[in-house]
Amino acid sequence: MSGATTAPSGVEPMVRAEQVHKRYGAVEVLKGIDLEVRTGQVFCLVGPSGSGKSTFLRCINHLETIDAGRLYVDGELVGYKKKGGKLHELRDREVAERRRDIGMVFQRFNLFPHRTALENVAEAPARVKRLPRTQALEQAMELLNRVGLGDKAGNYPSQLSGGQQQRVAIARALAMKPKLMLFDEPTSALDPELVGDVLDVMRRLAEDGMTMVVVTHEMGFAREVGDALVFMDGGVVVESGHPREVLTDPQHERTRAFLAKVL
Amino acid sequence: MTISQTTAPPERCVPEDIQAVAVRHPGRWIAVAVITVLAAMFIHLLTTSSVLHWDVIGQIFTYKTVIAGLGRTLGLMVLAMLIGLVGGNLLAVMRLSKNPVLSGSAWLYIWVFRGTPVLVQLFFWNFLGALVPTVGLGVPFGPTFVTWNYNDLVGLFTAATLALGLNEAAYMAEIVRAGITSVDGGQTEAAHSLGLTQGQTLRRIVLPQAMRVIVPPAGNETISMLKTTSLVSAIALEDLTRAGQDIASRTLHQIPALVAISLWYLLLTSVLSLGQYYIERYYARGADRALPDTPWQNVRKNLIGFKRATTAGGAV
Repeated sequence: MSGATTAPSGVEPMVRAEQVHKRYGAVEVLKGIDLEVRTGQVFCLVGPSGSGKSTFLRCINHLETIDAGRLYVDGELVGYKKKGGKLHELRDREVAERRRDIGMVFQRFNLFPHRTALENVAEAPARVKRLPRTQALEQAMELLNRVGLGDKAGNYPSQLSGGQQQRVAIARALAMKPKLMLFDEPTSALDPELVGDVLDVMRRLAEDGMTMVVVTHEMGFAREVGDALVFMDGGVVVESGHPREVLTDPQHERTRAFLAKVL
Repeated sequence: MTISQTTAPPERCVPEDIQAVAVRHPGRWIAVAVITVLAAMFIHLLTTSSVLHWDVIGQIFTYKTVIAGLGRTLGLMVLAMLIGLVGGNLLAVMRLSKNPVLSGSAWLYIWVFRGTPVLVQLFFWNFLGALVPTVGLGVPFGPTFVTWNYNDLVGLFTAATLALGLNEAAYMAEIVRAGITSVDGGQTEAAHSLGLTQGQTLRRIVLPQAMRVIVPPAGNETISMLKTTSLVSAIALEDLTRAGQDIASRTLHQIPALVAISLWYLLLTSVLSLGQYYIERYYARGADRALPDTPWQNVRKNLIGFKRATTAGGAV
């Protein structure tokens, strides 16, 4: 494996996976994932559908539980705590607390349809961080301006295009000031001409130093913005390294076959 | 009145509007004829019947026992629906809970209360004093601190409220459950990923969206409840129906009494339907690109449209 995914000794990586396994009944979707995402990195997960990349991403903020192995975010176990040499499941409240520091952007946006764009962004800071309403709305407005949608603040999601909805979703995730952002195929549900706006927002986020794990089929984005790339297939990491190396000179036959299809 | 041609000459050749012979609808004219005859017969019956005394109907409509009965009917409906709504939400959440004891007991409750006639339940609550003569507050199977006589504690009105409300809760539970399960799972995931707890997710994200599915059948239930309250006359509670029947048996004005109380029920259900419309409109926020018109806006639009149509028609 290339050295791009191993952290320098002494520095705790943002995400560390050790032999992560995940099963749905008899079907094993993750068969021992080992990887490290360093702070400030843009980490791309690519691979064919059904390779387990989205499942792994969802494990990072405990939307899925893992069956074996260890998964750490910022040095803390995901979903469990160690007490007296035993693992204890986290309570609902504790899980919610850990998720506050991890933003997530979904393929199908999942904006709250009964709230305006502004209210979507202000909801979590007002409810979870208990910011005063005016302050939460002010901050939400700033974020909407940052993703170029200040003029759409009063619109409901159904009145926005897919690309606009996804940018609101990014602003909503950023409102909790996360230390890690997860993107689950953020541009896969968009019309081709709307993809660029969303990728621009993500590129700027990367420039600001945000740690990002991105499941994507946008190889151009991975090549330009990514710091590390992992190619997954059949629930295992097949190949990893710097995006430019992996994408231009894949070492593995399966990687080559996949890239030949998508590039 | 004439309309002057002020439109600018077209720059490109615009084709003429199509002037086709419209399809004839003879069925419509037949329907109009049949319904007109039936309506005329009905009006004739209303105006010439020897049993229908409109002055008597008017008197019964505002008679003091009828008004008192109306108050009880309204009170019963509001309280029973409150119990139904609160209980129904609770049962729905229990039913969807991962805790098998909670979901099991909710299932059992719904099975019992939906599986027996509400009239039978009404009798049960009224005669429960025979099974449970006293109600006490204390340690189960241990000492009791305060006791009440059941029949003192639960009067006719309370028994009726409990019977109707607890029965309604079973139905509302299924309606609320349908609403909750209709909300896309991605909404819960998005809320969780923002750090909202399960309770916050349910209250702030899922339930408001579920309301779109819940409100129409819940409105149905409310209107149905208003009419179901008439069953309480079976346990001798003086509600609107009972008040009408009492007057009928005293004065022998059976039909006028029935018409008078029917008018009250109709009036109340009309008000409830209007309320339901506005509640639906409120929860439609974000679901449609534009809010639907209110009934008044509709009426105004139709009137203006009608006026325009007639003036335009006059010019031709």
